[in-house]
Amino acid sequence: MLDVKEIWKTFNAGTVNEKTALRGLSLHLNDGDFATVIGGNGAGKSTLLNAVAGVWPVDAGSISIGGVDLTHMPEHKRAKYIGRVFQDPMLGTAATMQIEENLALAARRGKRRSLRIGITKAEREAYIERLKILDLGLEDRLTSKVGLLSGGQRQALTLLMATLIKPQLLLLDEHTAALDPKTAAKVLDATDRIIEKDHLTTLMITHNMRDAIQHGNRLIMMYEGRIVIDVSGEEKKKLTVPQLLELFSKVSGSDEADDKLLLS
Amino acid sequence: MNPIALLNSLPGAVSQGFIWGIMAIGVYITYRILDVADLTVDGTMCTGGAVFIMLTMAGWSIPAALLASFAAGMLAGLATGLLHTACGIPAILSGILTQLALYSVNLRIMGKANQPINANNYRLLVSSRNVRVLSTENPILVVGVVCILLIAALYWFFGTELGCSLRSTGSNSAMSRAQGINTNFTTVLGLMLSNGLVALSSALLSQYQGFADVSMGRGAIVIGLAAVIIGDVVFGKLFINFALRLLSVVFGSVIYYAVYSLVIWLGMNGDDMKLITSLIVALFLSIPYWKGKYFSKPVKKGGAANA
Repeated sequence: MLDVKEIWKTFNAGTVNEKTALRGLSLHLNDGDFATVIGGNGAGKSTLLNAVAGVWPVDAGSISIGGVDLTHMPEHKRAKYIGRVFQDPMLGTAATMQIEENLALAARRGKRRSLRIGITKAEREAYIERLKILDLGLEDRLTSKVGLLSGGQRQALTLLMATLIKPQLLLLDEHTAALDPKTAAKVLDATDRIIEKDHLTTLMITHNMRDAIQHGNRLIMMYEGRIVIDVSGEEKKKLTVPQLLELFSKVSGSDEADDKLLLS
Repeated sequence: MNPIALLNSLPGAVSQGFIWGIMAIGVYITYRILDVADLTVDGTMCTGGAVFIMLTMAGWSIPAALLASFAAGMLAGLATGLLHTACGIPAILSGILTQLALYSVNLRIMGKANQPINANNYRLLVSSRNVRVLSTENPILVVGVVCILLIAALYWFFGTELGCSLRSTGSNSAMSRAQGINTNFTTVLGLMLSNGLVALSSALLSQYQGFADVSMGRGAIVIGLAAVIIGDVVFGKLFINFALRLLSVVFGSVIYYAVYSLVIWLGMNGDDMKLITSLIVALFLSIPYWKGKYFSKPVKKGGAANA
């Protein structure tokens, strides 16, 4: 499915702020894998997702999805294969446009945008059904401006937009981190349901170790631009937070894990 | 201070307001929809008229010359758009570069700084001579119809898939790219459309006043902004629908020229109008900032918890 081979990325090369965020990272996801990604600040989690999404080109290495080489493809073309939800609830939706208009934009991801009408009547009906999945009452507010919604509602809407057309890969960048615990749980719950229903291959960054263990079939821990732990299946199911911390100290050779990771 | 003189100046103000209203719609597209301040328009506001007059005098028909003006404006927008997207130059600077270049281009097109056209020799669409005549040639009627047709066309366009992608680019470019929109393309397209409209307005203005002048676009961006802002302040609460928003921009422009006539009538020097315009626009642009800084209301907590 997703094949990331030996990718490198250095920001601000040649300046005092030089920072190598990815150091020859490789990752292979199988079809239907739901992998959670954890790691301390600056471990390169978001950089990995942005590299896959094509926000900027990588310095070296290759990225492909389902056999299609994306390495040199611009961001908007990769959108055909990838659905994304960002950490900042403001980032995933167009605030000055209506809920239905946002969904209509998402429904045309990866397609040519022509001079046909931007949103059809049949679509509207379909959106009402889809919005009901979220259980937030948004189905009655199709023509509300998204800017009027709360952070949690916007994040849930972004999730729906990212999966409206089934993406080959879903990227979730700490998409519940900016929400209060109750809302976060609700959005995470919707995430699980949608991923399961559509059998989506997913990479989900989280700073919450318990969430990382509870969700998905695979857990990846990053440290200094590399993947240091990659567990799946039964092994992952049995994992506990203390075990994970211990694993991390062993791999990274330090116990700073306690400060940086134990945010839950 | 003769009230009749003020009344007499009103039809002229309204027709000028309509003509500049088309220009202001162009500014609205970049400034409000695309969220880019495009200074190209100061140059384009002459290019359209220059192209129109030269082509008309060369024997082109009026509709063909108008279309060519529109196309010339789009080319100017393309130049700015490519400087911004393909060359990575900030939008404001890209606009200034094109605007400066257009000064030379406009002189080249006309061959001199001021190019008159005689309404007696050509069947012009609008002329200030007919401004107080009750006929189908009255510029208020003609330009009014042009405005309505343009607003209808734009209303349709911004409802299409392509038009929606343009709006979303201005609203949230990162999200637009994530949804597969080539934001470089939509930005360039928006700039082209905007400058095409400005050039069309310029072509109408040159007919109305009977000449094109190399400095006729000076400060056009500020007049356009003034129209957008006045329209917003006066009709913002009333006109929510997109077509009505565009109409409010045109009305904003009419109000601007009505005030202009009033200022002249009051005996103020017309030369000071640019200073006054600048001050008014600066004031209106500052109000939202001041509101947020000095009059912020306490926000209700827990909005996100209702999700």
